[in-house]
Amino acid sequence: MNEPQTPTQEAGGYNFAYLDEQTKRMIRRAILKAVAIPGYQVPFASREMPLPYGWGTGGIQVTASIIGPDDTLKVIDQGADDTTNAVSIRRFFARTTGVATTEETADASIIQTRHRIPETPLSEDQIIVYQVPIPEPLRWLEPREAETRKMHALAEYGPMYVRLYEDIAQYGRVTTAYDYPVLVNGRYLMKPSPIPKFDNPKMDMNPALQLFGAGREKRIYAVPPHTSVKSLDFADHPFAVEQWEQNCAICGADDSFLDEVITDDRGGRMFVCSDTDYCRSRQTAKAAE
Amino acid sequence: MYVAVKGGEKAISAAHQLLAEARRGDPAVPELTLAQIGEQLALAVDRVMTEGSVYDRELAALAIKQARGDLVEAIFLLRAYRTTLPRLTVSQPIETERAAIRRRISATFKDVPGGQVLGPTFDYTHRLIDFALAAEGGDLPAPSAAPLAEAEAMPRVSTLLGQEGLIEPNPTDEAEPGDLTRDPLTFPANRALRLQNLARGDEGYLLALGYSTQRGYGKNHPFAGEIRIGEIEVEIVPPELGFPIVIGEITVTECEMVNQFKGSETAPPQFTRGYGLAFGEAERKAMAMALVDRALRAEELGEDVTAPAQDQEFVLYHSDNVEASGFTQHLKLPHYVDFQAELNLVRRMRAEWGQPENQSRAEAAE
Repeated sequence: MNEPQTPTQEAGGYNFAYLDEQTKRMIRRAILKAVAIPGYQVPFASREMPLPYGWGTGGIQVTASIIGPDDTLKVIDQGADDTTNAVSIRRFFARTTGVATTEETADASIIQTRHRIPETPLSEDQIIVYQVPIPEPLRWLEPREAETRKMHALAEYGPMYVRLYEDIAQYGRVTTAYDYPVLVNGRYLMKPSPIPKFDNPKMDMNPALQLFGAGREKRIYAVPPHTSVKSLDFADHPFAVEQWEQNCAICGADDSFLDEVITDDRGGRMFVCSDTDYCRSRQTAKAAE
Repeated sequence: MYVAVKGGEKAISAAHQLLAEARRGDPAVPELTLAQIGEQLALAVDRVMTEGSVYDRELAALAIKQARGDLVEAIFLLRAYRTTLPRLTVSQPIETERAAIRRRISATFKDVPGGQVLGPTFDYTHRLIDFALAAEGGDLPAPSAAPLAEAEAMPRVSTLLGQEGLIEPNPTDEAEPGDLTRDPLTFPANRALRLQNLARGDEGYLLALGYSTQRGYGKNHPFAGEIRIGEIEVEIVPPELGFPIVIGEITVTECEMVNQFKGSETAPPQFTRGYGLAFGEAERKAMAMALVDRALRAEELGEDVTAPAQDQEFVLYHSDNVEASGFTQHLKLPHYVDFQAELNLVRRMRAEWGQPENQSRAEAAE
């Protein structure tokens, strides 16, 4: 893994996966530390990438430092493989590494994602890489990094519980619908990246390695396989995920996150799977019956 | 029947083709050359080199051409290129006292050893659109001013003040400064790192912050002690040689602000310094940087930290326009999963809103 790889033809003189080998090593060290301390945000010397900050540079750097020629890469955004930014990132790696890419969750060895976890359960030989905009779960309570790092060191998470309590007192429920805070391995409070809270339970005890990259904020964190990830809640207000009254209008799934699609200007709308691969595989299975 | 939207890949290719056409503009108009950009849009090149952290005029000109004149986009292009370069060595500190001076002014003394040299400046021009420039092919009249007399020593104004002990000495830290591009910023950040961050920082942002200190948000009573623009040789000491060799010449703009300081328990009343440095001719940037540098020294000098410009985390975390532009514009990316989650929540809360059970809870909470 540490052997310098030959520059690829397609990318005109850039190293395999764009980053130079020294940078990849630095990032891998940060990843190892992150895996050793689940949920802890490891500062790393994030590089400028040829894609803009806020568009997945953290995830791209993590993927670039772990990808090898034998990997198969899947990239999704909003659950879909064909959203423009997912296309752009997949193309970036196809160009700089020449690795195989796939849209099928089960075929991928690395899945880079923005805002979703695939509906198809992940396995032990897969790594999921999350793109993270704001890694600090305490940021909206305390804007100062020096202060929030101290709060993590002391596991001073009371203010977050107070915030959740205030929501319940005022609105009868926690009003965070995505990027819902979790406690990892019973120790570190962590932002799961802006996935809908519907996806939170998938993180818990997941057999796949989950890596999180925040490029602009220069942080990497991780949830190792089979690690507890608990969404914050109270005994009398247990954490619950959103439900739909409808099933997917295309494949009929009643267990997946549904996107609402507006079909006309007279209030017409339908609900379809946000995970395009899941939806397609269910349609294929149905057609085969 | 709705089918999931496809064709992102085709759309992207088509958009990039359109961009290439838009970049070229009307093919009947001759294409810009890099030499034209470098020579005639030199200050744009200087800004891109400074904030892009690469001293390479030709590359910066190319970035400007590729970015259709969008300087922040050009800075981004240059940064993304820079990041792939190896870091080979650290140069010797540059000695601006020895610069070949193109411009040098002081606002604190009417005359200073070496004199005031205006150089090529917009200052004192009347900002009247010069319609004559619209006509091409106009030749310049021969310069009437005599070239600058060589080799008159130009000691720094701050050095002159220092002889009387009226200004704090420059820091004497010999340690190799950190590198923001190799280690993430941590707080509190030392002055070398702060200056590094400001040097790469967005000119408009620093201008506004510096300006805010002049309007009372962290006032630090500045005087433009000295501004100099000149060419200076960069030296490195290769380990196998053990002595410095010149690897090239760069143009820099330096600003030393002299700021009033009433003294504290540990320091007598004296003037303090704010420092700004930029590649090329970038006077506005260097001056704004010096104001913000001084503002960020509030804590070290025992002043109250009350204003945005004095707040390290606020200033340093938001100065980089490549970071800021990327994150602001990422709002263009699809957010429909998060929005759907919010939509579900708002619908449920609206359904409950105004129901008797909910009202009593709202009252109880008040």
